[in-house]
Amino acid sequence: MRHIISLLLENEPGALCRVANLFSARGFNIESLSVAATEDPSVSRMTLVTGGSDDVIEQITKQLNKLVDVVRLTDITESAHVEREMMLIKVRATGEGREEMKRVCDIFRGRILDVGETTYIIELIGDSAKIDAFIDTVDDRLILEVVRSGSMGIGRGDRMLRV
Amino acid sequence: MLQFLKDEGVEFLFGYPGGAVLHIYDAIYKQDDVKHILVRHEQGATHMADGYARATGKPGVVLVTSGPGATNAVTGIATAHMDSIPLVVITGQVPTHAIGMDAFQEVDCVGITRPCVKHNYLVKDVHDLAITLKKAFHVATSGRPGPVVIDIPKDVTHPDIKIPYEYPQEVRMRSYSPVQKGHTGQMKKALELILSAERPMIYTGGGVVLDDASEELRTFARSLGYPTTNTLMGLGAFPGTDSQFVGMLGMHGTYEANMAMHHCDVLIGIGARFDDRVVGDVKKFCPHAKIVHIDIDPSSISKTVKVDVPIVGPVGSVLREMNAMINATNRRPDAQALEAWWNRIREWQSIDCLRYEQSDTCIKPQFVLQKLYEITEGDAFITSDVGQHQMWAAQFYPFDKPRRWINSGGLGTMGFGLPAAMGVQFAYPDAKVACVTGEGSIVMCIQELSTAKQYGLPVKVVNLNNRYLGMVRQWQEFMYESRESHSYLDSLPDFAALAESFGHVGMTIESPGDVESALEEAFAMEDRLVFMDFITDPTENVFPMMMQGKGHHEMLLSEMCRDRELA
Repeated sequence: MRHIISLLLENEPGALCRVANLFSARGFNIESLSVAATEDPSVSRMTLVTGGSDDVIEQITKQLNKLVDVVRLTDITESAHVEREMMLIKVRATGEGREEMKRVCDIFRGRILDVGETTYIIELIGDSAKIDAFIDTVDDRLILEVVRSGSMGIGRGDRMLRV
Repeated sequence: MLQFLKDEGVEFLFGYPGGAVLHIYDAIYKQDDVKHILVRHEQGATHMADGYARATGKPGVVLVTSGPGATNAVTGIATAHMDSIPLVVITGQVPTHAIGMDAFQEVDCVGITRPCVKHNYLVKDVHDLAITLKKAFHVATSGRPGPVVIDIPKDVTHPDIKIPYEYPQEVRMRSYSPVQKGHTGQMKKALELILSAERPMIYTGGGVVLDDASEELRTFARSLGYPTTNTLMGLGAFPGTDSQFVGMLGMHGTYEANMAMHHCDVLIGIGARFDDRVVGDVKKFCPHAKIVHIDIDPSSISKTVKVDVPIVGPVGSVLREMNAMINATNRRPDAQALEAWWNRIREWQSIDCLRYEQSDTCIKPQFVLQKLYEITEGDAFITSDVGQHQMWAAQFYPFDKPRRWINSGGLGTMGFGLPAAMGVQFAYPDAKVACVTGEGSIVMCIQELSTAKQYGLPVKVVNLNNRYLGMVRQWQEFMYESRESHSYLDSLPDFAALAESFGHVGMTIESPGDVESALEEAFAMEDRLVFMDFITDPTENVFPMMMQGKGHHEMLLSEMCRDRELA
């Protein structure tokens, strides 16, 4: 099953490496990973999307917790949460297809950020499933470049992940 | 740095100089508090510090230079990491402005060691040095111990930098707080299960040794009267000569220990990590048992084998609390069931699975170890390398005290034994210390014979020389139709002469009749290193054996025991 794990890390050089290392050394999957500093410059927040059986996810969280640079972590998929990912996608948009592409973009509530002679750059925000759905909808031959941020997530309501 | 090491109570610094650590070596020259031990290879330094740490429980401290100094130390760091041994390894680095420039003797030490340390640091500012050292010692020695590397660029230790120093008494790390105590509710649940057992088994590992919890384990096991087995790393935590001890378990464990594992209904794992050499085929592991697991590392729990009642905490404190609970309750295990269980175990014991055929003409390795046990009255520190000799030492030298059996259990590092023995001897100059090794392993760190001479270490080297990488040859015999691919060691040196050339005493022993007198003579030389080269039977195999993919109840016994089993 797909899990989203949020981590607070010491903002130290090498902290990201330690997490990435752990996944490769123990053969765990990483679907996506995004990380940046928080309002507290000494702390980075990472969102990690991974998959596996319950046993594997249990090992992943235990092993991550064992890393000295990991301050706190939570599997936000265990309860209500919000998930967002951003995609920038460059597509071929010519002739009749140009209008059609605009329509698909509107249906997915995307925004066209750049209009080229034969291309559009579309910005799309949503959970990963929505972004996957957009890619599936557009004809493969029209997709020129795809840039995805990886998922970010946050627990709803009073559930907080703080130092 | 030297002032810090002194304040931290560091006795020995095992090291080797080089460009990036010259400022530190200059500081070493100007003081007498921390004794620097000059090794001959950085791997030797890490194993020596490791042996010192395993024997004393104190952290071993290493100092090496950048580049090859650091990479040579990696094997020793990984060895300590696998066995959870507290080491602090200080590596020199090229100056901060040269980092990343492919400078002379530059490697990304923090990157190279990251997967095989508990934690590591790069100190770029001298103001961070004292606190980082403090953190390193704290992390290395607390929780589940392990090695910590501190990489220090040369400019950070420049003597022109003068800053006020104060020993950091305390260290607070918000991201690191090992568990101090087990969960009482879980302990009650565990005890309920433990007291209801009809066929119980206590299985303990290196964690009991590391937490100095042997006393607590003895009280626990004796108050229950349950059979107890130790892993390779846990030997000595429970007395090897105790009537409740059923021997080591696992691939080359005893028949009775493994059979009892297979048939038990409650398994109590303490400070052990259900390693593959212990478990065998996971699908066949303890099929009838409910499992209690006490360990300080949450990630050890249910990693390979699913457990029923986990208790996360230091084994010593958990056992103390559980012992108090046992004292406070009137409930006792079912005596009748326990007696029946012991009767079954005694039946398995009667196979006498470690028996071997004695010879008048050829030295049997097991015989050397039995004699070693007799002559040292079972009270020596024994280090070993890796292979058949290691298994025989574990089988034939019962340890009654913890921290006496010192071997590379997890990583299986050949070359570990000699420097580790030297580390032990530094800690206990008057103790009997023997390194049990083979002609394959010993040459991997043999240069340390020179260090041993320099510091006058009277280690006794017991070389079981069968001219083969014995364990490799044994596997080839069993699994590759005896195709002995590169397991025969041609062109071996004359080990006695080699030892003599290093300034030690060398002996070659070829006849079983000379084994006892050679050992006696060697141990009588209390101030000399004696290298005993025992020419042993090249065809001898380690039995019993749990082959890969097999369960505890499917052990392969030696031929003579097989006959007995049928009879």
